[in-house]
Amino acid sequence: MPTMNIIQAVNDALRIEMRKDPDVVVLGEDVGKFGGVFRATQGLYDEFGADRVIDTPLAEGGIIGTAVGMALYGLKPVPEIQFADFIFPAFDQIVNEVAKYRYRSGGQYACPMVIRTPYGGGIKGGHYHSQSPEAMFIHTAGLKVVVPSNPYDAKGLLISAIRDPDPVLFFEPKRVYRAAKGDVPEGEYAEPLGKAKITRPGNQVTVMAWGSMWHEVDQAAREAAAEGYDCEVIDLRSLQPLDLETIVASVSKTGRAIVVHEAPRTCGFGAEIAALIQERCFLHLEAPVARVTGFDTPFPYTLENEYLPRAPRILKAIREVVAY
Amino acid sequence: MRREHVVGPPTRHHPREARDYEPGRFLKEFPLHTVIREDGTADPDEVVLPDAEALRLYRWMVLNRALDERMITLQRQGRIGFYIGSIGEEATVLGTAAAMDERDWIYPCYREHGAALLRGMPLVTFVCDLFGNGGDAMKGRQMPCHEAWRPGRFTSISSPIATQVSQAMGGAWAAKLKGEEMVAITYFGEGATSAHDFHTGLNFAAVRKIPVVFVCRNNGWAISVPRERQTASETIAQKAIAYGMRGERVDGNDLLAVYAATRRARARAAAGEGPTLLECVTYRIEGHSTSDDPRAYRPAELVEPWKRKDPILRMRRYLSKRGALDEAQDAALRDEVREQIQQALKEAEAFPAKPPIETLFADVYEEPLWQQREQLAEIEAAVAADPRAANPRHSDA
Repeated sequence: MPTMNIIQAVNDALRIEMRKDPDVVVLGEDVGKFGGVFRATQGLYDEFGADRVIDTPLAEGGIIGTAVGMALYGLKPVPEIQFADFIFPAFDQIVNEVAKYRYRSGGQYACPMVIRTPYGGGIKGGHYHSQSPEAMFIHTAGLKVVVPSNPYDAKGLLISAIRDPDPVLFFEPKRVYRAAKGDVPEGEYAEPLGKAKITRPGNQVTVMAWGSMWHEVDQAAREAAAEGYDCEVIDLRSLQPLDLETIVASVSKTGRAIVVHEAPRTCGFGAEIAALIQERCFLHLEAPVARVTGFDTPFPYTLENEYLPRAPRILKAIREVVAY
Repeated sequence: MRREHVVGPPTRHHPREARDYEPGRFLKEFPLHTVIREDGTADPDEVVLPDAEALRLYRWMVLNRALDERMITLQRQGRIGFYIGSIGEEATVLGTAAAMDERDWIYPCYREHGAALLRGMPLVTFVCDLFGNGGDAMKGRQMPCHEAWRPGRFTSISSPIATQVSQAMGGAWAAKLKGEEMVAITYFGEGATSAHDFHTGLNFAAVRKIPVVFVCRNNGWAISVPRERQTASETIAQKAIAYGMRGERVDGNDLLAVYAATRRARARAAAGEGPTLLECVTYRIEGHSTSDDPRAYRPAELVEPWKRKDPILRMRRYLSKRGALDEAQDAALRDEVREQIQQALKEAEAFPAKPPIETLFADVYEEPLWQQREQLAEIEAAVAADPRAANPRHSDA
């Protein structure tokens, strides 16, 4: 089984789906000959040509508007937004058009597509190359939101997302684009949307994360184990649909929960998870649900390591929640 | 402190604006193309449609007008919540739509219900959309005049301005990639030319020679803001120059001129010559919608000259001069149209007042997620326990 990083896994998934389905097209800024600024579409232009790997003019709203028209007409567009921070010029098209098309037309039309975009901080990108806007899209009914943390999931989830009948936002953790390596099967396989993965079984406290934060949680859980704490770690992978069952089963067992994300805390997805746990696991809880998150500021440049939830902050939360 | 002192010695006076801008230049460069004169005569060389077809489209304009008038009355009576009509703009709506092929897709703004009906949307379905009742194809989810009609390749309407412009271009691009001859047509008002989607849609289309016809229904007003406060361009058509596409300016109250211009634009698009920006110069005789009163921002005398340019009046004069329509036939046609609307209203009122409660949660995703399933159970239980949960106000119960 070959070893891949996340970029290679994304590239592999795109190639497999483009070979399989002639309606799959990739579009965006620099995705063609250049292969994307992160090289996620490298080689696709040579194999599939300029009509299926389309360099667009520079306008995110136009890229998504184009994708809406293409999807309505029966293509399966996979638009790339170069950085998640630049998704906001396309926000209206995504929230008012992509998300609502099926509903507002009474089911007469649909526009399934996969909007791929690198997200998150830790790459010295300042606030225009570091944001984590997943909650803004989860809040919009009609969209699915997927965030892989490793190459295996990136490939399997992207294949599922492309085959999905609904529009999917696929947030790729760029901080670990190349750092997260792992075995990835050759050929096609699909990881289902809406299924979380328990990556470390444990009994004392449930710690949940997605994307690059899963790596911080994993490290914190290993350090916590050395101190005698028994953490169950969940990689949520798919935020909408959300695998509530796995969360509820885990928290009912451990009685304690910590949600970790790098987006700002207020109205972050951690708030929704905490509310769900409160509604469904109240009688099992031994401590309040804790959140370890980015802060309620724009994403900073110099102090990004202070801003991002690192393993020590998570470890501290583990100690506090268990001791409560 | 004067700016020159900060940035260095004063540069030579910029002569560019004075030299290049000649008022009236674009009005000359983009002349208003008309076929039917106001008195109903037309240049015989420019008879673009056989009389029978011209008469058929005349009937559609009359229906469109009668429908708008009837529905505005219905709104005033409180029977529908809102209406947004196309009174005075019928030639633009129907002339453009009729000039496209059946296989072409229409990406409407919100005044083109005449085009949806022309494409086969049953009148009763349109009226059900206004009621948001059990017969509404949109299942009561959109406010009135936000119809969609898939069998007629008439896409869904969005309230945000100009979003359909880039979508139409994307649809036409998809057809081009699939090797299918489909030309998209999309409608927007002159207000939409200020929006970013207008720019991206036209720019992408021109760069890639996408087969799309961009129709600006220049009706002079974006709610209360006049055209002059929307754009400093003398014409909308001239904007085409900047994008590298063809622009044309046509009398939007002249069905034959609009039809001919659209036909030309479609032919060019289908031949691989790329998009056209078609400016149809017309006038919004009524308010933007039933929610605004134009007397608050528009003197009545501005409207009067446009009433004399009425597209239906002009077409009637044209047809009667050609002997294709006499007064008795016209009166009969108008009675017939009114009866048709009355009948549609009657049929629409026979549907249940609301779509079933479960439709609230359908079509959000292809299959409902657990959240929608749980929330359906929640509202069903709430209504079962206390029907006031489904009433607009507690006091109604």
